[in-house]
Amino acid sequence: MINELLFMNGYGVYVLSAFSFTLLSFAFLYLITKVQFIKEQNKFVAKFGSLNVEKANSAKSQRINKEILVNATNN
Amino acid sequence: MFKFFEPNKIFQITSKAPKYVLFLFIIVLSVGLTEALILSPEDYKQSHSVRIMYVHVPSAWISLGIFSSVTFLSISGFVFKNKNFFLISKSLAPSGFVFNIIALVTGAIWGKPTWGTWWAWDARITSMLILALFYAMYLISWKIYNTEEKVFKITTFITILGIINVPIIKYSVDWWNTLHQPASINILSKTSIHSSMLFPLMIMTAAFALFSLLIFLMKYNTELIKIKNKGLDRL
Repeated sequence: MINELLFMNGYGVYVLSAFSFTLLSFAFLYLITKVQFIKEQNKFVAKFGSLNVEKANSAKSQRINKEILVNATNN
Repeated sequence: MFKFFEPNKIFQITSKAPKYVLFLFIIVLSVGLTEALILSPEDYKQSHSVRIMYVHVPSAWISLGIFSSVTFLSISGFVFKNKNFFLISKSLAPSGFVFNIIALVTGAIWGKPTWGTWWAWDARITSMLILALFYAMYLISWKIYNTEEKVFKITTFITILGIINVPIIKYSVDWWNTLHQPASINILSKTSIHSSMLFPLMIMTAAFALFSLLIFLMKYNTELIKIKNKGLDRL
């Protein structure tokens, strides 16, 4: 059964390499996108941490900024 | 109507959605891979090499769909002066580009056992390669131009030029004598593919669409945080 699945009448090398290339491309794109996201999120948290109380409160008045901070602490 | 698309309003949804989409994607992909590699029958002519169709065809469909969406959003952004449309199209493009590359590479792998060659300067294959070049130009433009106005103009121009290629890709197999076979699946006329192969093809298409949605959401959130980072600098 496993031999048949891998060999596929001699086409296994083509079929499995096409599927492997697809899945590796997915993994590559997912990881790159995830790394970029975490980098920007960390940058935001660091910048927010360096603000004084007045500026931090003003930034927090925007719902989206609050959401980013909540998500960053949850991740 | 455009107020619905305001980043401040939709971030609440887009920031939480990726984990659910990832979960759904893994389930649908697992079912799709089982169907495509194990349960679906081999072709009477192409034998098991027909299984490459389950990754090649959905990738080609999605890359064409994404490019059309990117063009529509860029033109809409330009006409309605809505920056968010450009942000959405910028976030869609990377997955469209990767699907285009997957379609080209898996097509080459399928070509070897079927036609005896990895590559032919055939109308369908060449026009898909041209689409990949348009995607590359679009993505590079976002990297090299710093001023918003300039990048909006240039990326819209690239998509308008590129969209001319989309009907050429679609009808290339009818207009010219090509190595590539004509479409087996038609919305308006009878589909010539058996349901035992159509089912896994549809499942894999759903899985790939979920993956492009996942990448879009992650990229869109990254772009929004980037904008907010700039906002913090100005405080």
